[in-house]
Amino acid sequence: MNHLPPRARAAAAPGRAAPDRDGGDGLSPGAPPPGPLLRLLRSAGFRFALLFAALFAGSILAFALVLWWGTAVALDRQTDALLRADALALAERWREAGAPGTAEAIEERLAVDVDAASIYLLHGPDGQRLAGNLDRWPPEIEDAVTAWANLLVTHDGQSSEARLYATTLPGGYRLLVGRDVADKLALRELIAEGLIWAAGFALFFALFGAWLLRRALETRLRPAFETAAAIAGGDLGQRVRLTGLGDEFDRLGATMNAMLDRIDRLMAGVKGVSDAVAHDLRTPIARARAKLEDALRSTPEPGTPDGRALRAAVEAGIADLDAITRVFQALLRIAEAEAGARRAAFAPLDLVPLLADLAEFYGAAAEARGQRLETALPDSVRLTGDRDLLLQAVANLLDNAVKFGPAGGTVRLSARTLDEPGPAGAPLAAEVTVSDEGPGLAPADRARAGERFFRADSSRGTPGSGLGLSLVLAVAHLHQGELALEDAEPGRRPPGLRARLRLASG
Amino acid sequence: MRILLVEDDAEVARFVKKGLQEAGHVVEHAANGRDGLFLAASEQFDLLVLDRMLPGGVDGVRLVETLRSQGSRTPVLFLSALSAVDERVRGLKAGGDDYLVKPFAFAELLARVEALGRRPATDAPTTKLRVADLELDLLSRTVTRGGKRVEVQPREFRLLEHLMRHAGQVVTRTMLLEKVWDYHFDPQTNVIDVHVSRLRQKLDKGFDKPLIHTVRNAGYMIRAD
Repeated sequence: MNHLPPRARAAAAPGRAAPDRDGGDGLSPGAPPPGPLLRLLRSAGFRFALLFAALFAGSILAFALVLWWGTAVALDRQTDALLRADALALAERWREAGAPGTAEAIEERLAVDVDAASIYLLHGPDGQRLAGNLDRWPPEIEDAVTAWANLLVTHDGQSSEARLYATTLPGGYRLLVGRDVADKLALRELIAEGLIWAAGFALFFALFGAWLLRRALETRLRPAFETAAAIAGGDLGQRVRLTGLGDEFDRLGATMNAMLDRIDRLMAGVKGVSDAVAHDLRTPIARARAKLEDALRSTPEPGTPDGRALRAAVEAGIADLDAITRVFQALLRIAEAEAGARRAAFAPLDLVPLLADLAEFYGAAAEARGQRLETALPDSVRLTGDRDLLLQAVANLLDNAVKFGPAGGTVRLSARTLDEPGPAGAPLAAEVTVSDEGPGLAPADRARAGERFFRADSSRGTPGSGLGLSLVLAVAHLHQGELALEDAEPGRRPPGLRARLRLASG
Repeated sequence: MRILLVEDDAEVARFVKKGLQEAGHVVEHAANGRDGLFLAASEQFDLLVLDRMLPGGVDGVRLVETLRSQGSRTPVLFLSALSAVDERVRGLKAGGDDYLVKPFAFAELLARVEALGRRPATDAPTTKLRVADLELDLLSRTVTRGGKRVEVQPREFRLLEHLMRHAGQVVTRTMLLEKVWDYHFDPQTNVIDVHVSRLRQKLDKGFDKPLIHTVRNAGYMIRAD
């Protein structure tokens, strides 16, 4: 068995390629999770509910205003109109019959006013009272030609709130017409009280309705949301539960389900195709390899230079076929990880013993190249993930580090538990860091390093296929995480490369 | 050994059959699952080599499941063009003992066939493994050569144990990777060679005769000589 060209250093991660300058362990803990208020404001259900409550309260306010206008204000206006008409009628009488006629008219009116709600006062130019049921001219109304006033007056032996209209008649006579409004005030208070109660109930119903609305929205949206989350997590078997009501939410759910069925068929198709490709490509390669190997085994060691050259060519052909198989295998493995199908194989695991084993395994390779492999591992880093793919991802990083690090250099492997928000929503649970003292990766190349077959110019002289970091990236995405590539020691020449594989759990 | 080969691809079948026969085994060949199942159920074999995907309605996994349900314990080696990790796991779960992905080197197949076929029939516990003057004590987890203690790391102990359990047989690098480290990926470097040569240095230090031999184009073998 010969050893095939190790993978090239491709490197890099979309996303966080910016160098982190605070050194190995001092990573910033990330933004704190949003507070409850902010989360509430971000909820569309809450915003809808708020809108509902505002509309409800607005319409109730309009209703109350109209009601107020139609009752209390209308009563006031009615009183004023009555007073003005009465005053006009008395002024008319004045013109016709003078002061005695007017006084007479006033006395008549007072006589028929059984409710004792009317107030009249006629003063002569010298200030003496000519007629009316007020003892004295209210001092608050003095000089004006005509004046409106709301005053507490005493008439018919009782004191009460009155609406008054004063007017000046020719010759210095003054006339005061008024109505006792105590009953109307009581009615007005009653209306205001009613409106306040109604507003209170309305506010309560607005808030309660908003809460109901928000809850109903959430309840109806939850199946769609949960299904979408499960799908994003790789479980394509989930479907949105329908209520059978046939409403908008059901239609949304049904559309989502139709979409998922289609994705499912496509995925099954892709899986079928990749199985078929795997089979249809491996079988002829297997035949070709078998023929070449058979040819080698059944011909004796040749004595002639031509025979030896032929033999060497056949051996090279076998090695090339093995290289093709290896690239093909790597591509299939990346496709497997990207399809998310491997999430079925997720299991809880502790990264530390796995990493310690890998370090021991690759430590031998590092030593053979005159390098040291140092580890900084905590007691345990728990994660739910795919053991085989995680091992292969870290193995690819270590292989790159050993391959690109200089003789006498140090490769460092460390891990730690994380608790911070991740790029795919799930919180990141673990970080594995591999750094070397090699040439590093130009910032422009970092973003491309995860692309299949990408090879940085600096790695042209090193054997490899350009698939190593593609797999690491695919494994990072499978675990809802990310791969960050940065200078191991910014400013140093060469800067070295630090790869941080950050993973979410489950 | 008497081996049943169930493989639908004529060329691969011919190549495997010829190679196994040259290695001294008796090989029966069936070209589809149905014939394979009939042969496996009616005759006695030391080992089955099965293609994972077979025509005829009975594929490799079904064949093994059927045999196992009938109580057969004949070791089974899967050959497969399906390399997905899940496929390997499914094959082993169904009752397969080993899984080899196509295309393969014949030496790899032969090494696995011999390792499977010559497994002890009983699981009688062994406490000590011996090859020439090398002794490995499974209970005290110590290694001695010529009576002198050899200090080895835990992983080296397991590596040596695996080699000694298959003393006289070729053990390939991939087999060591799978059985000693439980790694099912290509490490892309000759790191297995580095581990074996470290172990070899420890064992052979101060002795004339090397015990661990490199078999060209195949792997390693430990033998008395």
